[in-house]
Amino acid sequence: MELILALAIGILVGSGVWLLLRPRSYQVIIGLCLLAYGVNLFIFAMGRLYVGAAPIMPKGGFVDPTAYADPVPQALVLTAIVISFATTALFLVLMIASRGATGTDHVDGRERHP
Amino acid sequence: MMNDAAMPDHLMIAPILIPLVAGALMLFYSDRNRQTKLIMGLVAVGLTFLASVELMADVKSATEQGGTVVGLYRLGDWPVPIGIVLVLDRLSAMMVMLTALLAAPSLIYAAAGWHGKGQHYHSMFQFLLAGVNGSFLTGDLFNLFVFFEVMLAASYGLMLHGSGPERIKAGLHYLAVNLAASLFFLIGVALVYGTTGTLNMADIGRALYWLDDAERLLFHAAATFLGLAFLIKAAAWPLCFWLPPTYGAASPPAAAIMAIMTKVGIYVILRLSLLVLGPDAGPSAGFGASVLMIGGVVTMAFGMIGILGTPELVRKGGYLAIISSGTVLAAIGFAQAGGGSSMLGGALYYMVGSTAAISAFFLIAEPVSRNDEGDDDAPAEDDGFDPLSERWAPMGLGTVEDTTAPASQRTVSWLTMAICFGLVAAMIAGLPPMPGFIGKFAILRGAVQDNLPASGHLPVILWAYAAMLILSGLGALIALMRFGIRRFWAEEGPTPRILALEVVPVVMLLGMIGLQTVRSDALLGYTSATADALLEPRVYRSAVLAEAQDVRAAPVQSLSPDPLPEPEAEAEPENGPEEGAQ
Repeated sequence: MELILALAIGILVGSGVWLLLRPRSYQVIIGLCLLAYGVNLFIFAMGRLYVGAAPIMPKGGFVDPTAYADPVPQALVLTAIVISFATTALFLVLMIASRGATGTDHVDGRERHP
Repeated sequence: MMNDAAMPDHLMIAPILIPLVAGALMLFYSDRNRQTKLIMGLVAVGLTFLASVELMADVKSATEQGGTVVGLYRLGDWPVPIGIVLVLDRLSAMMVMLTALLAAPSLIYAAAGWHGKGQHYHSMFQFLLAGVNGSFLTGDLFNLFVFFEVMLAASYGLMLHGSGPERIKAGLHYLAVNLAASLFFLIGVALVYGTTGTLNMADIGRALYWLDDAERLLFHAAATFLGLAFLIKAAAWPLCFWLPPTYGAASPPAAAIMAIMTKVGIYVILRLSLLVLGPDAGPSAGFGASVLMIGGVVTMAFGMIGILGTPELVRKGGYLAIISSGTVLAAIGFAQAGGGSSMLGGALYYMVGSTAAISAFFLIAEPVSRNDEGDDDAPAEDDGFDPLSERWAPMGLGTVEDTTAPASQRTVSWLTMAICFGLVAAMIAGLPPMPGFIGKFAILRGAVQDNLPASGHLPVILWAYAAMLILSGLGALIALMRFGIRRFWAEEGPTPRILALEVVPVVMLLGMIGLQTVRSDALLGYTSATADALLEPRVYRSAVLAEAQDVRAAPVQSLSPDPLPEPEAEAEPENGPEEGAQ
C-alpha cells in the first residue's frame, strides 16, 4: 500500500509540475489540479496509513486511539479540497476571460512565434 | 490578561469578525448602493481600529505589569493543543492596528470612483481584511492556511477589480503563482503534522525538542516548504517576479491594501522562525537563518536594480515593496542567528513606516502618471464621468480650464500630490526626518552595538546588509527624484485632474508617517520590546500551553503533556499529543 500511495503521489505531483510549466493556460490548470490531488493524498498519508479503522471515536469512556485512524488529516484534506476546488474554479473563469481578452490561450497572453 | 481564564477576552476575535460580518452584510445590498457599502466599510474599519487600539492597550498594560503576557482566545472553548487558538501578543496587536490604519485611506480612495468599476469591491475588501487579521491573530498552522486563503481569494477579486486585458493577464500569473504557493504551504503543514503531531505553533516548538534525527530532517523539509510558500508571499528575491506586474496592474486602492499582504508573509516567517526555529530550538536552532540573511540582502539588491530600471511609476512601487521585504527579512535572519534584538526592533519600526509609505505610493502613482504617454491603457476617467467630481469641485480642486491663458496650469491638488510624492520618496529613501531614516538608523545601530563587542568585528554578511540598506535607499531616491523632476518640474502643459478623494487618503497616510516620526520614541520602544519578546519564544510557548496542561488533566485518562511516546517513534504510530497514544 505504501508503495502504491507513494507512486501515486509521485506521479501526480510530477505530471502536475510538468504541466504547470507548460505555456498553455489549460495545461496549467490541469497541472494545478493534479498537484492539488497529489498534495491532498500526501496530507492524508501524513496521518499514517490505516486499513479498516474508523476515524470517529465512540462517545463516552476512553478508547485506544491506536485502533482509530487519525481524524485530523482528514479534516485538513477536506478543507484543502474545498479551497483548491474554489480557487481552481476561479482560475478557470480567469482563463476564459484571458482567452477572450487576448485571443490566445498562451499564459503570457501572446504567442511567442506570431 | 491574567484573569481571562474565567472570562475569555472576546475582543480578540473582533478584528476578524467585524470585517467578515460587514463584508457579508454588504452582499445583501445591490451593488448600486455603493455609498451605503462605503459607509458600512468605513464603520467596520473604524470599529476594527478601535478594537486594535484596545487590544494593543491590553498587551501593553499586561507587559508593564510584569513579563510578556500573551493573550489567548480558544475558539469554541476547545482545549488548547486540540482546538484552534487565537493568540495576541505585541507583534500581532501591532500588525492588526497597521492593517486597520492602511484600510481607511484605501477605502476613501476607492470612493473616488474605483469602487464603481467592478462588482462587490467593498465586500472583497472586508474579506481581505478579515483574512489578514486572522492570519495575524491565529496560533494554529492550519487555521493560518485557511485565513491565508481567505485573504488570497479576496485579493484575487480585488486585483482583478476593474478588469481589462492587462489585469487579466497579470491576474492569471498571480493566481497560478499563489495556487502553487498554497500547495507548498499544504505540503509543509502536512509534514509538520506528520513529524510533530500538532499544528499549534507553540506546541510545534515544544514537540520539536523530542524529534529524533530522521524526523528532524523531515521537519526541516517541512520548514523549507513553509518558508518557500511564505517567501513567495513576502516576495523574496528568486520568488518575487510576480509582484511588480501584479501590483502594477491592480487598481490603486487595491494595490494600496495589498501592500499589507507581503507583510503577512513576513509576519509568518518572523513568527515561525523565531518561535519554532529560534535560538533555543536545540539542533534546529537557526535553521534557514542564512537563507533569510542572504536572500534578504539579494532581495534588496534586486529591488534596487528594478526600481532604477523600470520606467513605470506603479512598477517602481512594486520594487519598493520588494526592497522593504528584503530589509525586514534579512533582519529576521540576523535575529534568528542571534544577532541581537535591537536590530529586529528597528526593522519592525521600519516595516510599519515603509508599509504605510508603499501604500501611499500606490495611491499617488496612478493620479500622477495619469494622461501619461501610455494613455491608452490608463483608464480614462474624464470629464463628467465621475459623479463625485461635481460634488467636490467647490473645494477648489477642479482644474482651471475656463481662463484663456492661465499663468500656470498647476493646480493645488497637483502641487499637493507633488509634495506628497516628495515626502513619500524621502520616507522610502530614508532621509532624516522620516521614519525610514530612524528605522534604518536603528537597524544599523543595533547591528553594530550587538555584534561588534561580541566578536570584535562584523561578519561579512552584516557589512553587505548595511551597505545594501544605504544603497537601496540611494537607488530609490535616484529613481524617484528622476521621475519627480521630469514629471513635476520639467513638464509643462495642463496637469491631470486629481480629485480631493484621491488627495485626502495620501495626506492621511503621510500624517500617519509624520506621527510615527514625532512619536518615534514610543513606537521604537514598543517595537524593541516586541523584538525582545519574539526572541524569548519560551514565554510565548508557556503562555499558550499553560492552560494546555490544565485541560489535558481533565479527561479521565490523564495524559502528561510533556513526554511524547518516544520509544514507539521508530514504528511510526500516531504519536501526536492530541491523540495521546499511551
